[in-house]
Amino acid sequence: MLNYLITGISLGSIYAIIALGYTMVYGIAKMLNFAHGDVIMVGGYMCFCATTYMNWPVPVGILLAMGVCTVLGIVIERLAYKPLRSAPSLAVLITAIGVSYFLQNAALLIWTSNPKSFSPIVGRGAVQLGELQITHVTLVTIGACFVIMVALTLFTSRTKLGTAMRAVSEDKGAAQLMGINVNTTISTAFAIGSALAAVAGVLLCSAYPMLVPTTGSMPGIKAFTAAVFGGIGSIPGAMLGGILLGIIETFCRAYISMELSDGIVFGVLILVLLVKPAGLLGKQTREKV
Amino acid sequence: MSMIKNLWKKRRDSVIAFGIVIVAYIAIQIMSMTGSLSYSMKGMLVPICAYIVMAVSLNLTVGILGELSLGHAGFMSVGAFTGIVVTTLLANIVPWDGLRLAIAMVVAAAAAAVVGVIVGVPVLRLSGDYLAIVTLAACEIIKSLVNVLYVGLDGKGLHISLIEQSFALEEGGKMIINGPIGVSGIDKISTFTAGCVLILVTLFVILNLINSRHGRAIMAVRDNKIAADSIGISTTRYKLLAFVISAAFAGMAGTLYAMNYSTVTAAKFDFNLSILVLVFVVLGGLGNIWGSVIAAALLTVLPELLRALNFSDYRMLIYAILLIALMLFNNSALKQRLLERKRAQKSAKTEGEVA
Repeated sequence: MLNYLITGISLGSIYAIIALGYTMVYGIAKMLNFAHGDVIMVGGYMCFCATTYMNWPVPVGILLAMGVCTVLGIVIERLAYKPLRSAPSLAVLITAIGVSYFLQNAALLIWTSNPKSFSPIVGRGAVQLGELQITHVTLVTIGACFVIMVALTLFTSRTKLGTAMRAVSEDKGAAQLMGINVNTTISTAFAIGSALAAVAGVLLCSAYPMLVPTTGSMPGIKAFTAAVFGGIGSIPGAMLGGILLGIIETFCRAYISMELSDGIVFGVLILVLLVKPAGLLGKQTREKV
Repeated sequence: MSMIKNLWKKRRDSVIAFGIVIVAYIAIQIMSMTGSLSYSMKGMLVPICAYIVMAVSLNLTVGILGELSLGHAGFMSVGAFTGIVVTTLLANIVPWDGLRLAIAMVVAAAAAAVVGVIVGVPVLRLSGDYLAIVTLAACEIIKSLVNVLYVGLDGKGLHISLIEQSFALEEGGKMIINGPIGVSGIDKISTFTAGCVLILVTLFVILNLINSRHGRAIMAVRDNKIAADSIGISTTRYKLLAFVISAAFAGMAGTLYAMNYSTVTAAKFDFNLSILVLVFVVLGGLGNIWGSVIAAALLTVLPELLRALNFSDYRMLIYAILLIALMLFNNSALKQRLLERKRAQKSAKTEGEVA
């Protein structure tokens, strides 16, 4: 029971880190970045290449993955999304899907469809606490999630750039009038989101050591669900949504049915949205005539 | 004469759409008779028909009703598996394949419509991005439910169970749907002709709906929900109407699609398929029915054409780049300028005529 809870929290932490990326981009650019899941995959592959082919130490691999993904995020934003800033949201959505196809197929060409087995970033050992057994990967995942959460909260509430970010997400026009560079701020959100995706990719591949070009898509969709679940645009909401989703999924797998777990997770999402249409911690906006 | 002109003006889109389908049908029949159609192209004819029906029906939800649905494949899945069960049940009762397929499609449409109501009633209370994510969720739920569905047929009738196969079949019985393994040994009774007939029926129903009182009410809901509400249009009812009709046609497309393959699994009808169809709709033009028809046909053939041109490794990459480039062009200043120039030319021409 407690073991499942820990597994759930660990899985949920990964979802939460991915969901943070979705939520930051949605909060600021008001767009669903469908390519986010594939940035996770790129992060995973980068770390894999650095540690396996180059034999570099793990921290260097993670830094490389974060660096590459940050640049990738900014480039994607500049080339594909920025020209569409004033376009209807559906156009941006389709473009994001195009980017997602592009990344998946580029990865397919570079790394082929053969699954790569990822060696975990920390040893396979475990800590024994009475009956509880917690693997090192789990500990690192939960720890990383906690650190990121605290850092992001401090960043958005204390720093100048973070405040600018919140201003842009409230009202783009007013923020611009106050002398905030909206384009830079949006790029920063993409950069941070993509760097987080890289971390999530490394953690995901450590917990489930199989790397294929479509690795990122399902966790991406689930993390997006988590972001909506917690209230999209809200950082604590993404955290809460991610962890709850992870726990629900793990318990469904353990007690109900392996195959039905995805269905149940999405069912819970629909229920929550029907009761609280803006998600658990989302702000209710009233419709104006 | 003026009446015909009026009618032409009103129904130009419909006539063009019907014309395209009929001309394409004849052309392809001639090509396949003279043997100039490659084997892989022949195999794609029925899926293309199914995609066209999917795109046209999704256009009703996304283009005409104005609500983004990412779960269209779910209804297709319902239709596909219902169609398979019905054709298996009727295998010895209705000997003629065409009729059997037609009956299966009608039942599949009904089943998909019922699921459409079940999904639509709660889900359509939301709107925008939330509606999109919830339809996606509904599609995933349908996928995982079908994935644990076991249906068997023997002398005693139909056996159905979820999660585990909890029934044993008599001798001579047959498993129809076998959980995650899906269905195998399907009678491939879908034909290109059946596909074209289905496209024509879909176009007929949906174009007539759009041009009717109900269609205008649906568009009013899209353009301004509050204004539509205030003049007495029941927004919930019309939203549900459009959503359910769209689901029903997706169900028919599902039957057509499934009966073209010998094996079908639930995993085939996933989120990616919904997205694929959405891409057809958006690139064909929102609310533009014949645009959906052309986009669905062209974009399905495009990867194959790229394969024929020896780009087989890069074909999906090129497809992705084309998709992004098209979207960027569609919303670019360049297109605006081109359109303006065209308009200026046109107005200059009409001015000349007046003078």
